[in-house]
Amino acid sequence: MRLDPHTLVAILIMAGVTFACRAGGYWILRRVPTGRWLRHFLGHLPGVIFVAYVAPVLAAGGPADWAGGLATLLAMRASGNVALGIGAGIAAFALTGWGLSFWRGALR
Amino acid sequence: MEGGGTFTPRGVRRGVRRSLVIALGLAPFGMVVGVLAAGKGLSALETALMSGLVFAGASQILALELWAHPPPLLSIAFATFAVNLRMALMGPVLSGLLAGIRGWRLWGSLFLLVDHGFAIAVTESRRGERDGGLLFGVGATLWVFWLVSSLAGFWLGALLDLRRDHPLFFAAPAAFISLLVPLWRGRRDALPWLIAATVAVPLARLLPRGAWHVVAGAVIAAAWGATSDWHREERAESGR
Repeated sequence: MRLDPHTLVAILIMAGVTFACRAGGYWILRRVPTGRWLRHFLGHLPGVIFVAYVAPVLAAGGPADWAGGLATLLAMRASGNVALGIGAGIAAFALTGWGLSFWRGALR
Repeated sequence: MEGGGTFTPRGVRRGVRRSLVIALGLAPFGMVVGVLAAGKGLSALETALMSGLVFAGASQILALELWAHPPPLLSIAFATFAVNLRMALMGPVLSGLLAGIRGWRLWGSLFLLVDHGFAIAVTESRRGERDGGLLFGVGATLWVFWLVSSLAGFWLGALLDLRRDHPLFFAAPAAFISLLVPLWRGRRDALPWLIAATVAVPLARLLPRGAWHVVAGAVIAAAWGATSDWHREERAESGR
């Protein structure tokens, strides 16, 4: 097992920076009295963090991504089951991708 | 915020159960990290150390893309910060579960905090969960799967030929979309969610490295939402 000192230092720096991000927010906010506005702000955060994540992925993607996203959303709303949501998304993504390449091949 | 500050083995077990499916969804992502690490000449031990100590997929992928010998420490540190700053927003949201917990339970739970675990913990705490052990159980499960799948990618990646356009990689956005569904609280979320998307989409194109678009989109949208909630409450109080 090789452990290069430069690599180890880089990994430790990454670990330190990441832990500072994870713990820092809580550490600071614990010292601040949470007023009403801040409580609302924190209540809104979870949803908008994930929207800000997913929206650029879907915007940069193609029809397969959109079909996959829609299938995930519908399956999740109908079942409330995360496994079904992810499975439906992957299936719709794959089927749309294959359908499109088949269609392009047929046109050629 | 005052809390009971409970942390029980039963809460930890609930967290483990709640996260198993999502943990499976992490596997392709973890394997990519392993494949990249092997490609950059890291050893299995170095790959395991990075996944175990950093435990943040997007930042590991970005750092590995920047990797060289010796590694450019400053760029790697900055890229890690840019990608993981969003996690500073997550701890405070979870104060309902974390308040009253101390020592290794608190700092360990924060060390194990990741996006998926955050979404699960927020959903459960809105359903009335008050046991901080839940967050720890969720994080620990995801951590184990992360470590195993990065090592699997390291050893098997060359055999599997997981190209970036493989349908399995849609598991990553699909997991986030699935996690979003229970976070929807009704129509008052509509405008903030729209604002988050409107800010994040162009920003992600302008600054593709890092995750500034996530932080900026989330902070602006949540500030908008908080201000309009606050105004609504003020109006309701003055009307009475």
